[in-house]
Amino acid sequence: MRLPSLCFSAALTLRRMPDPIGPLDGVTVLDLTEHVAGPYCTKLFADFGADVIKVEPPGGDPSRSVGPWYQGISGPDRSGTFFYFNTNKRSMVLDLERQEARAVMERLFRRADIVIESQPVSRLDSLGFGWEQVSSLRDDLPMVSITPFGHDSPYRDYKVSDLVLYGFAGEMYSIGVQDREPVKMYGTASLVECGSAAAAAAMGALTSAELQGIAQHVDFAMADAQFNGVDRRHATTMGWEYAGRKSLRAPGPAAGMLSGVYPCADGYVEFSGAAIRVPRLDEMLGSPEWLQEEKWWRPGASVNPALVEEFNAHFLPWALERTKREIWAEAREAKVLCGPLFSVDELFEDTHFSDRGFWATSNHEELGEVQIPGRPFMMSASPWSLRTPAPKLGAHTDEVLLECGFGSSEIGDLRATGALGE
Amino acid sequence: MSSDPAMTLPLAGIRVIDLTVVWAGTFGTTLLADLGAEVIKVENMHVWQPMTRGGQARPSAEMVKAGAGWAVGYPNAEPGPRPWNYAPTFVQQFRNKHSMTVDLVSDEGREIFANLVSKSDALVENNASGTLEKLGIGPDFLRQSREDIIALRMPAYGSNGPYRFARALGVHLESVMGHTLLRGYPDLDPSYITSIFSGDYVAGAHAAFAIMAALRHRRRTGEGQFIELAQAECAGGMLAQAFMDYSFNVVVQERTGNRSVNGHAPYNLYPAKSDGDGTDGGDRWISISVMDDDQWLGLRAAMGDPEWARDPVLRREAGRLERHDELDARIGEWTSMLEDYELMHLLQSHGVPAAPVLDSSRIYDDAHVQHRGLNETQDLYDDVGTFRYNTPFMRFSETPLGIRKPAVALGEDNDYVYREVLGYSESEYERFRERGHIGMDYDPEIP
Repeated sequence: MRLPSLCFSAALTLRRMPDPIGPLDGVTVLDLTEHVAGPYCTKLFADFGADVIKVEPPGGDPSRSVGPWYQGISGPDRSGTFFYFNTNKRSMVLDLERQEARAVMERLFRRADIVIESQPVSRLDSLGFGWEQVSSLRDDLPMVSITPFGHDSPYRDYKVSDLVLYGFAGEMYSIGVQDREPVKMYGTASLVECGSAAAAAAMGALTSAELQGIAQHVDFAMADAQFNGVDRRHATTMGWEYAGRKSLRAPGPAAGMLSGVYPCADGYVEFSGAAIRVPRLDEMLGSPEWLQEEKWWRPGASVNPALVEEFNAHFLPWALERTKREIWAEAREAKVLCGPLFSVDELFEDTHFSDRGFWATSNHEELGEVQIPGRPFMMSASPWSLRTPAPKLGAHTDEVLLECGFGSSEIGDLRATGALGE
Repeated sequence: MSSDPAMTLPLAGIRVIDLTVVWAGTFGTTLLADLGAEVIKVENMHVWQPMTRGGQARPSAEMVKAGAGWAVGYPNAEPGPRPWNYAPTFVQQFRNKHSMTVDLVSDEGREIFANLVSKSDALVENNASGTLEKLGIGPDFLRQSREDIIALRMPAYGSNGPYRFARALGVHLESVMGHTLLRGYPDLDPSYITSIFSGDYVAGAHAAFAIMAALRHRRRTGEGQFIELAQAECAGGMLAQAFMDYSFNVVVQERTGNRSVNGHAPYNLYPAKSDGDGTDGGDRWISISVMDDDQWLGLRAAMGDPEWARDPVLRREAGRLERHDELDARIGEWTSMLEDYELMHLLQSHGVPAAPVLDSSRIYDDAHVQHRGLNETQDLYDDVGTFRYNTPFMRFSETPLGIRKPAVALGEDNDYVYREVLGYSESEYERFRERGHIGMDYDPEIP
């Protein structure tokens, strides 16, 4: 059997250099982001080689105050949320509210290639660190501001959570069933979507500075990123604009000719529109006699409720006799769109992902070896790397100040004012 | 600065070949196009890619009348002259792009394509694994055509391992990654969990980031490269807390529905005054997230500080979490008497995160959406009427992104690409047209 796609992974292996550097090697990011969306954006920069200097307030990024906690015990360096979203970054503590912070910030601005921040609208302006002041200090320094609604919206001062943002601007309304409330995605998934789009915007800003010589401010509104979401939001918007049709939640649980989540011997499997290609469905089910009747092969069968009910009466016993892995194997062979519902422990144990090298191991001073999800994509010439775990709060304050040209006694004086925390 | 803003956009001067299908890849190239790259969709009139320019090339009028809006809600509920140019499922990902047609199944088509590769900086594709190799335009071909090409491929599960040939949409790889079991109603069976395609979102956004990162590497070293974005792996960040809980504590998290993964309370959806229900899309909801003790005081004040809310136990998050069910019932009684936007403004004025849950019919009427110019009326190549379309959503201060080109029709830029980019003569163009490379309609036999 010919395995054409292996050429590609061979290319990936061969091109790997002895001491590879990430594509963003040499870029210094001044990172004033907090919580999830902004830190995911700057994590991508850090994981692909940038030097990300994370400036935290005394007490740290608020995400240090939420779990999951290492061994269930809370602490600023024990948060799983903070750990995941801040790999490869350096942490310095600086109280921006204090006057002494100004001299430090000015040197950080001089050192940076891009500023990425997620402070409340107008906070940095009022502290003297907003776009106007930054651009007057340097005309070649781009800046990205990540906020819920952007800097000029009527809702610019409104606050969001992942739930509030996703319900309002994301496609939450049509998720779930009609006689219940809409239901959101897991955890902070919608904020990670925003963070990934913000990373594209920030790379656009960096490229603008490097390639076109234009330093820009990007006013990145998470709501705008959700309204444009390609998770279906873009399409439901058009369905209304074009044809005046709303996109509702489902009438009930999965009940098509294989569209939705179905039970099987050891859990659940998900299918989509399997009846669009009846020959493939037929192959997956082993060409049973009942499916040879012409009625199943006519267009429209999958939207005929009586036929669907009859189909499910045949299909469910077949599914309940098989495990989700067995069903997925049959579906893969027959090229049917399908996926088993894995739980997190099943995923961690799955050899496809571990053999591909998806999981990465981080060595943390206090927590020891920690396994985390690794690269979001593989680059053959300038790969992702996990160089350092998420930093302990303020671990690099002195180091960064020294690099910025402050002497030891100046640092001591700064510390005495309380501007460096403690 | 040049008077033509397109000349100074961040990616001005960068040409990207777009072989993407469905959503994930097309979102990636949309972001690159918004940022100023010249993105050229390479399409084949003789091959119908399912779910890329519509479910079917020529859906019947009956199908268009009956189906879901986001699937077959064509302009004015009519299929119109060329349904593939404005399928509601895809049309929002066609702005700012060019389209050329070429029959890639022929040797001549591959030669034309090699010419295009030699004049392009990058290529993005997310076809089923092995598709490019079957066409004879795999990695070797690409590098032979242009040594420093940047090629990004987006297989669902990667190009090796047992799942490499699995067919998948965003929903399937999210099931595999554990997302599906972690979302949905905690009190109902998982068969009540319905689809959402967040995997497409993150994969597309990462793809745009990856191309720009590789361009930077090429600027510094002169070196192109291949990028493999396995969409399943790319979705990992969305499950961060669940993965970390397992990694730290061997804990498999339970579904929390609309409640906080971080234990904030109250944190949920509540009914607002409605004149309909879930079957007609008239139901109204308000989300409320109290994430600290001050916000709880804000919520109390917004509700008029009712007696039940003054219980000192509720001043602390632990107390509120303990009594989340009771709080939900009390808050729901209050919210159901008020309009959703009224609740939003009232609660936000007290510092409490809250907003309506907007179904797609209400988006373009929202004050924020209007103020930010998130849509713009456009006329497309085919005369199907004037409608509003999403605009690029990243606000750049010096070179505003904007719509430079409305949603592109199949083959709309053949003239430009064949003549100006590829440099073919009039007689060559004519020959390619006669041989079925160049045109604006799918084969009549394609349903």
